[in-house]
Amino acid sequence: MAAAPLLDIRNLTVEFATRRGTVQAVKAIDVSVGKGETVAIVGESGSGKSVTSYAVVRILDRAGRVAEGSIAFSGIDLVSATEAQMRDLRGREISMIFQNPRAALNPIRKVGKQIEDVLVQHVQATRATAREKAIEALEKVRIARPAERYDAYPFELSGGMCQRIVIALALACQPQLLIADEPTTGLDVTTQKAVMDLIVELTRERGMSTILITHDLGLAAAYCDKVVVMEKGRVVETASAAEIFHNPQHPYTRKLMKATPRVGMSLRDLLPEDQAKKTTSTPPVEAASAKPPATSAGRAPLLVVENLVKEYPRPAKGSFLAKLTGQAEPDQPAFRAVDGIGFEVRRGETLGLVGESGCGKSTTSMMVNRLLDSTSGRIVFDGQDIGSIPAKQFAASPFRRRIQMVFQDPTDSLNPRFTAERAIIDPILRMGQVRGRAALRARCEELAQLVGLPVELIDRFPHQLSGGQKARVGIARAIALDPDLVILDEPTAALDVSVQAVVLNLLEELKQRLGMSYVFVSHDLNVVRLLCDRVIVMRTGQIVEQGTAEEVLGAPRAEYTKELLTAIPHPPS
Amino acid sequence: MNEMSKVEPAPLRFEAPPSTSLLAHARHIVAENPVTGFAFGLFALILLAAVFGPWLVPYDPLASNTSVSLQGPSAAHWFGTDQLGRDIFSRVVAATRLDFSIAVASVALVFLLGGLAGVMAGFFGGWVDTVVGRIADTIMAFPLFVLAMGIVAALGNSVTNIVIATAIINFPLYARVARAEANVRREAGFVQAARLSGNSEWRLLLTQIVPNIMPIMAVQMSLTMGYAILNAAGLSFIGLGVRPPTPEWGIMVAEGASFIVSGEWWVAFFPGLALMTAVFCFNLLGDGVRDLVDPQRRN
Repeated sequence: MAAAPLLDIRNLTVEFATRRGTVQAVKAIDVSVGKGETVAIVGESGSGKSVTSYAVVRILDRAGRVAEGSIAFSGIDLVSATEAQMRDLRGREISMIFQNPRAALNPIRKVGKQIEDVLVQHVQATRATAREKAIEALEKVRIARPAERYDAYPFELSGGMCQRIVIALALACQPQLLIADEPTTGLDVTTQKAVMDLIVELTRERGMSTILITHDLGLAAAYCDKVVVMEKGRVVETASAAEIFHNPQHPYTRKLMKATPRVGMSLRDLLPEDQAKKTTSTPPVEAASAKPPATSAGRAPLLVVENLVKEYPRPAKGSFLAKLTGQAEPDQPAFRAVDGIGFEVRRGETLGLVGESGCGKSTTSMMVNRLLDSTSGRIVFDGQDIGSIPAKQFAASPFRRRIQMVFQDPTDSLNPRFTAERAIIDPILRMGQVRGRAALRARCEELAQLVGLPVELIDRFPHQLSGGQKARVGIARAIALDPDLVILDEPTAALDVSVQAVVLNLLEELKQRLGMSYVFVSHDLNVVRLLCDRVIVMRTGQIVEQGTAEEVLGAPRAEYTKELLTAIPHPPS
Repeated sequence: MNEMSKVEPAPLRFEAPPSTSLLAHARHIVAENPVTGFAFGLFALILLAAVFGPWLVPYDPLASNTSVSLQGPSAAHWFGTDQLGRDIFSRVVAATRLDFSIAVASVALVFLLGGLAGVMAGFFGGWVDTVVGRIADTIMAFPLFVLAMGIVAALGNSVTNIVIATAIINFPLYARVARAEANVRREAGFVQAARLSGNSEWRLLLTQIVPNIMPIMAVQMSLTMGYAILNAAGLSFIGLGVRPPTPEWGIMVAEGASFIVSGEWWVAFFPGLALMTAVFCFNLLGDGVRDLVDPQRRN
């Protein structure tokens, strides 16, 4: 490009002062963004991608500072600009969108008012014209009935709607550069598509430049002109989206590409070559507790769910006074989170439970693992109706040890005050036969080896472990008692793709070795395709479609499944 | 701004550092925040006076010597003497044990009762929550010091009853903090995971919830320690609780108050200063205690 770039980052190094000395979060990177260009900065957690963007808008926290290098924004040096200059630039020239839209909005102010505030602050409107302009801004981000939504509070809107409001806020003053920091993480695929389409369309329309910060290589390639790949604070590769996708140069980019699940791959394909070979060449160690390999056909199913319903009462309408005097309107029909579903899980099978947030997949899994009571319906496990045992008493049931679960957030699911060992042996202490300090230790070490957790780490506390290691602790705990059925609730949603690749392979290997069945709850269809034998697609508490993975994801019959599949970001071909 | 703190330089989180000893951790906290170091130093001084006070003082705190009554601070009597010629410095130091014991006993009592009631209310919900909540509301409905006076007056004038009264008026504070903390953790992933491991509800409460709210409770205890000392001294000041000639800060301030008009300020000033220093120390200590007991901060 002949013209000077809009944003030019040269030799940027950002340091953080910590207890153990100075840490360089970003090391001598060069990034340039041309006018009207859409650039993605891609990397896993700790790569320094967010820190780079914070350095641009100068919102690094107190411990961080730009140690070296320059950041030029249309000729202005942002490193040496005064705070007053920066305040003027932020919002008016450079806008930012954060990951969690709900946290970015003031929860007790009407969204319309919040847009007005920005407009008035940057003298784009006066109080008299603000309302009109705010509604106009809402219209631009495709919010239906904008005049009505003007009066809505953030909690009354969905996550995708909130993100649109945030985009409206960011674009209200017609900035030249938009920085979007993981704008769609935590949103459903269809919402992600809508939000990304909107961002790209609006920025193109206005000739704006965009920096998209994301961990998702697929998303970056689908929506951006240029992709910058970062690893451990360094830029390892900068290339056009198509080139990154079809001809990645740097080994790290290749590893990242490989680990991203796509159509037509197998689980093994996710792993880097050397690692894949290693795992396949080791002969499977026969664990003493291993069950005979299950042959799914012709046997009675392990789990049968019939006509399962979960209802939540809705609050009665009418004023507080009316409720006090008993004059309130009759209650509305209860809300059905799960609305009469039925399915089977066969022995040795992985069943995928797919759907967007609020579809009832988590509620279903909580009922199946007996942490939640159902309203009606039957849950038959190995011939016994376990649905009739109240959730509160299920801890004492002999079935408890046979149904276990791996949680979505490995950090949240470990007690911060328990060491990894204590967490893993917890189920054994309560329900296992192993007794005695030495025997428990031995069993814990065996489990750690089984899940690939270095044995010397089991004395550590959760905050001393990485995300992948914490996930392994969670898995070790779930399989400690050789359960028959393990419910995997988005077990890799909080992990980096390369860690996800390893964990998914681990789960598959463990299933083969220990003869377990899985219910895999996920919103990521690409992952489901890799791991599951059969798939159930849910929407608003009901099953939309079910069948084998190839059938449902290869040739979907339901409209909704097709919609989900097309919403997955497609890289340029 | 919140977003930023989450994305701090990640290498720290991923190359997990080895755990450090409690002592090294304490040293770091003191180095990081000198005020905390100052508070810990003050606390050590108070502890020293409470344990060894009676043996350290130059005079018998109870011995009167009317020939030297109401003398100002001097080399012989650092804090001066009172109307009966007793050495105020000796009395202030000797009083530490009593005031400190009352505070520790009442805080320990309310921590056990209020903390447990609050945790149960937050974790089990339902009728337990209602009962604990209403008890706390009822106590809060009274002016707290007047309530403490009433309890001591009704139960009888003794140190034990001061402890009980101080514990009761602090009950809502502990119950509410514990309830809120337990309530947010009730549905946490690790609690659900422990449920799957076959833990009974009571065991969940004691092994999963309670250890995790200890940091907050430790801060709470440190803060209410100061309040408890003030309360005990206040009761003595108005003539309830500890009786003369026992050295106790509240009584000493009360006795000295009448001499301020005539210019003998030291009689009330020094016990008052001791009281203020103790309360100040415990309030400062709160932050330091939190940093010390929170495992997340230890790296």
